[in-house]
Amino acid sequence: MIAKKSIKCLVTVILAVLPFFSFAQHGNEHGEEEIEFNASDLINGHIGDSHEFHMFDYNGEAYSFYLPVILWTDNGLTVFSSKEFHHDNSGHHVVEKGDNSFVRDNEIIYYTDKYATLTADTKNAFNFDARPLDFSITKNVFSMIFSAIILFLLFFAVAKSYKKNDKAPKGLAGFMEPLITFVRDDIAIPNIGEHKYAKFMPYLLTIFFFIWINNLIGLIPFFPFSSNLTGNIYFTFVLAMITFIITTLSGNKTYWKHILMPPVPKALYPIMVPIEFIGMLTKPFALMIRLFANITAGHIIILSLVSLIFIFKTPAIAPVTGFFVLFMSALELLVAALQAYVFTLLSALFIGQAVAEDHH
Amino acid sequence: MNLIAPESLVFWTTAIFIIFFFLLKKFAWKPILGAVKGREDSINKALMSAEEARREIQNLKADNERILHEARAEREDMLKDARDIRNKIISDAKEEAQKQSHNMIEAAKSAIESEKKSAMIELKNHVAELSLDIAEKVVRGELSNKDKQLELVDSLLGKSTLN
Repeated sequence: MIAKKSIKCLVTVILAVLPFFSFAQHGNEHGEEEIEFNASDLINGHIGDSHEFHMFDYNGEAYSFYLPVILWTDNGLTVFSSKEFHHDNSGHHVVEKGDNSFVRDNEIIYYTDKYATLTADTKNAFNFDARPLDFSITKNVFSMIFSAIILFLLFFAVAKSYKKNDKAPKGLAGFMEPLITFVRDDIAIPNIGEHKYAKFMPYLLTIFFFIWINNLIGLIPFFPFSSNLTGNIYFTFVLAMITFIITTLSGNKTYWKHILMPPVPKALYPIMVPIEFIGMLTKPFALMIRLFANITAGHIIILSLVSLIFIFKTPAIAPVTGFFVLFMSALELLVAALQAYVFTLLSALFIGQAVAEDHH
Repeated sequence: MNLIAPESLVFWTTAIFIIFFFLLKKFAWKPILGAVKGREDSINKALMSAEEARREIQNLKADNERILHEARAEREDMLKDARDIRNKIISDAKEEAQKQSHNMIEAAKSAIESEKKSAMIELKNHVAELSLDIAEKVVRGELSNKDKQLELVDSLLGKSTLN
């Protein structure tokens, strides 16, 4: 048993460390000067999004799963494979497509002609003059579709097993049902109330499992997992936005009265009403930041620990790093479930506040 | 951090999440939540009916006990009655026997009495006859000479004057 466990630990550590060894060899094989290891570049590369899904390096060559690039240019829609950039991320390799030509710099695709005029200040993702609108299926989008399919198949199977079996749940259904009843009995009912929770159950269940599985996918360090979807602020922004929209749309008279006519003297309205409106926005904002920061922080810690090996330039540190990575991974497993729970709980709480009856 | 273009992930997240949500809602959450709720209801119902059955059994048990009790009491009564009847029959029989024996004794007594009386009468008659015989014989002996006859007349006379 113990032997089995330690073998598992070893394999985990090797798997976690392996990609970096090949990375380290990269410079040597080409006979160049050894590239100075830059931990922040490595970490940014791993927690960020990309147009292709990097799988592994072999003999100094990167092997990737190439995802489609979809651009909305001034001349219409253009679709091509990310393979055409030939792993270039520094604006050197030009891709010609119809009337347009593109370059890619730090995962942002620009028009070639306008790219030449950019300075360091104007070279960013929000410079919409210099780049086409990018609707590519990126690594995160791929991962999101992947997780959605897994979840759908999983719960479709569970739903089917209920049709055949009206006795006590068995197998998969028996495993998933406590989670579903947990969301219902410990998140929805206490926060929204016995009478109104049913309408919001599908949403709460969906975000709970969606966030959880994507948190877990982010912890698995190899293809087709390893994306950092829930640690991406645009993803958390959209989820928080949906919670905000649902909250606002299901707000009843009491909720709006509390915002527009708070129970304070009328003279304070000019201060209170704007504060209440800001309060409406800070709730989903907190949701967005909390999930993003927690997941990203976890990834950064694990990646930093692994980077220690390359910073110290000795494999002797590997056992220490391995132990800490293992510890952090276990902690992140907890955080993955906890953050999904917290996001769902707070969404339920906000919805509950919006539909609560007046008790004053 | 290479975020790529923000519109990519915002667009795809929105689109995929909405599609995913409605698919799951229709094909998973509705049947699952419905089944879970249905089963909970049926379990609650089953528990309630089990409770009901338990109560019924308890009632039945109480009834049985009551009936048993009553039966026992009845048996007790019947035994008591039988005992009473037996005692009564015995005492009646005794009384009857006593009466009969008494009567028989009475009859015997009276028979004995009457026998005795007739015997007495007979005896008396016999005694009278004997006496008369004896008296006749005595008188005949006494009065056989003259002196004795005179003496008797004198004594009788003397007695009668004293009277």
